[in-house]
Amino acid sequence: MSNIMEEQTHTRRNLFKTAGIAAAGIGLATIGSPLLAVQKKNTRKVAGAGSDVGVMQGALALEHEGIAAYRIAGGSGLLSKGVLDVALVFLGHHEAHRDSLAKLIMTAGGKPVQPKTDADYIAALNIGALKSEGDVIKFAAGLEQGAANAYVGQVAALKDRQLSRLFAQLGSDEAVHWAILNNASGGAIAKDAYLFG
Amino acid sequence: MLSQKRNRSRAAITAALTLSLLAALPFATAASAAGNAAAGETTYKAKCSGCHSLDANRIGPAHRGIVGRRIATVPGFSYSSALKKIKGVWSPARLDQWLKAPQKFAPGSKMFLAVPDAAQRQNIIAYLQSVPSKPSK
Repeated sequence: MSNIMEEQTHTRRNLFKTAGIAAAGIGLATIGSPLLAVQKKNTRKVAGAGSDVGVMQGALALEHEGIAAYRIAGGSGLLSKGVLDVALVFLGHHEAHRDSLAKLIMTAGGKPVQPKTDADYIAALNIGALKSEGDVIKFAAGLEQGAANAYVGQVAALKDRQLSRLFAQLGSDEAVHWAILNNASGGAIAKDAYLFG
Repeated sequence: MLSQKRNRSRAAITAALTLSLLAALPFATAASAAGNAAAGETTYKAKCSGCHSLDANRIGPAHRGIVGRRIATVPGFSYSSALKKIKGVWSPARLDQWLKAPQKFAPGSKMFLAVPDAAQRQNIIAYLQSVPSKPSK
């Protein structure tokens, strides 16, 4: 029994090792992505500014929450090195998302929503209930699934087509995070197509 | 002769289709009115939990006890003025309108994510109705 568990743990670590390399690759790919072009374009003008700013503010609040969750869970001591490495890569993605959204909100004349306190996030997300690495992975998978759905589900509300592209990119990043975490936690894969939105 | 036979066949097919549709209608209406709470929980976790929890105000307000509650009255949540203007309570019908097109229901509100699928909306509402008014300890 314990051999099986050790083997499962080993497999999970290997998975994360592979996933970490893949995720790092995605992170690097993002650097050269059209997102930068979107930001440049939107520095000049953000069309449909009013409601689009509202959508971006919600997205920014979501990113603040994700960053706090990864940071707090990452510092909990519950994660092994391999898992922590991947968590830090994902944290970096969320920080990049935060920066893009905050910049675009300011460009559109808005004041970016600020993060809550760690105590607020710990209480709201019930982070204190996480007792193991498996708990953290499952918890993070849930947050990423919600975030991917939030991005995909809000694309239709955006007036600016360049922002729609950015939201597609953000949603895709979250979907990749979810896929890796869901797989690592042994979560089922939905049989039906259209997993998000 | 052949034409009469065709007409009779068409009439028979039309009648059969009408009867089968009428027979199915009450069930379809009942199913959509009730929703499926178990399916709704899955959909809620996937689509709503990015911003909402049952018991905590996050990007959106806490949802426990929402059905029948006065609109925009969860303590501690900062609502938009657009939603605060809406009078009355969250009935299942109003929640359906809200989820279908939040910016049409309350233009300028903070929610932009719509749930276009009617069955999913009914399931989510059924789930929210099924949640106990107080969390289990």
